[in-house]
Amino acid sequence: MGLRKLVDKIKPTFSEGGKLSFLASTFDAFETFLYVPNTTTKSGAHIRDCNDMKRTMSVVILALLPAFFFGCYWAGAQVDLTGFTAGWYGFVRILPMVAVSYIVGLGIEFAYAQIRKEEVNEGYLVTGLLIPMIMPISTPLWMVALGVAFAVIFGKEVFGGTGMNIFNPALTARVFVFFAFTPQMSGEKVWYSDWTMMGVTAEGIDAATGATALEQLSTTGEMKWSAMDAFLGFIPGSFGETSTLCILIGAAILLFTKVASWRTMFSVFAGGLALGYLFQWCGPEEWRNIPAYYHILVGGFALGAVFMATDPVTSAQTNTGKYIVGFMTGALAVLVRVVNPAYPEGMMLAILFMNALAPTIDYFVVEANIKRRKKLIKK
Amino acid sequence: MSNLKNLTGPLSANNPVIVQILGICSALAVTIKLEPAFVMGLSVMVVTAFANLVMSLLRNGIPSRIRIIVQLVVIAALVILVDQVLKAFVYDVSKQLSVYVGLIITNCIIMGRVEAYALGNKPWASFLDGIGNGLGYMAILVIVAFFRELFGSGCLFGIQVIPDSFYAAGYSNMGIMLFPPMALILVGVIIWVHRSFKKDLQEK
Repeated sequence: MGLRKLVDKIKPTFSEGGKLSFLASTFDAFETFLYVPNTTTKSGAHIRDCNDMKRTMSVVILALLPAFFFGCYWAGAQVDLTGFTAGWYGFVRILPMVAVSYIVGLGIEFAYAQIRKEEVNEGYLVTGLLIPMIMPISTPLWMVALGVAFAVIFGKEVFGGTGMNIFNPALTARVFVFFAFTPQMSGEKVWYSDWTMMGVTAEGIDAATGATALEQLSTTGEMKWSAMDAFLGFIPGSFGETSTLCILIGAAILLFTKVASWRTMFSVFAGGLALGYLFQWCGPEEWRNIPAYYHILVGGFALGAVFMATDPVTSAQTNTGKYIVGFMTGALAVLVRVVNPAYPEGMMLAILFMNALAPTIDYFVVEANIKRRKKLIKK
Repeated sequence: MSNLKNLTGPLSANNPVIVQILGICSALAVTIKLEPAFVMGLSVMVVTAFANLVMSLLRNGIPSRIRIIVQLVVIAALVILVDQVLKAFVYDVSKQLSVYVGLIITNCIIMGRVEAYALGNKPWASFLDGIGNGLGYMAILVIVAFFRELFGSGCLFGIQVIPDSFYAAGYSNMGIMLFPPMALILVGVIIWVHRSFKKDLQEK
């Protein structure tokens, strides 16, 4: 335990009265990163948890890894690489984006914590990995940095930091980049890696490109991949969203450890399916032939349902509220996909919209509960 | 001395947009480009100043129960004048501003200043107060429009300022700057920066 001793030795320097006391938050962040602290989270979003927030976040990261590694493999496989090389290519390709996301995001978080003299919050650890996973792989790094900065400052710190934010920070980053740089976030080329290295040629990239399944569905009413391809993830899309299978593995981890709420997750899928069947029955002409379960397999539906709609901070807090918010998120996502031709993908907008409504729904659920109990007293 | 305060007060410490939060609607609508924002600010300044002047001159002759309708007549007449002048001399900008010139009538800043200041003060002081508030409004509009036009379309006053080599290197305009929500966020940022300098304005 040499490291523990070292940490203990330099601790006084950063504590109050020490030479580097102005860096106390930074030191604390690294210490708790290395060792489980002897205190538990006392207030904020995770008050119901016996674990501290860093441990909770680690589980979410673990759950994200299957989809992440599949994304790496698929990024390489799309440009005609095979086996391990494909995975390595994709990993090297995505690494700068992950690095930029963490450096910019954590940089701002550390700066804020330092200015406010608070502990650095761990909330960003998950967001930082999610952001590259919900972006098209060829998004320029400076756009990622800008989106991250916007999300952390205006999505989170302005409201008071982790646990106080109204909107999911990862989606705030994406929505900013999406509306700021629409051409770079949609179309045919952006879903494919544009790096020529490890034997990848420009011609190979050009040959691979094509629109996402959702863009194809909304323009032609059919897509060229089978449902199995879509389930396994062999379709174009944002880095981490393509493989429903890998996301479901993540979902299993989250549910098994009880980190995410099964109520939200279940009702998002239920809502999506319900509206999917409705549109299959009486929707616009071109959507009638599309089976409802396609909505869950393609696009960011599964990733959003498992990792973003269940965000404990921005989702509903009451159990009934979770059912309502989840169901409406899923339904809204399919509604946007089918009815609004300008946005082939509706999951992002649906989750953000329901984030905004969640506190109101919670309020009415609580009010209803109070009313019910008052009636009981009168009897 | 106090007259000078009428002129400079609304620029910062008592700014109509970022302190009193008035006239936000037009501040979001006309700030996509600098030129219309500038013209809009100028128009509001002229209307505020002369509405203040006229109402201050009339203030002792108007029964208080019909004062609102008199104010409306005066302001509406001034707005029509401004509208005609804009159409005659800067037709393109007038087109871009479209209904927002007419909607100056409903701008809370004007009615607010007439009600709160001109009806109880002398003409010259009221006139300066109008100019000051118009300038304060214009300042915010120009700041917001500066960032929106620079990052949204790479231009200032319609002239491209971001060199082509930037675009060639992968730089791209931010489409989100052209949407009104971004103007609201920018106004929020201005308020944030302003309050962090003027600590006495911070709410507890």
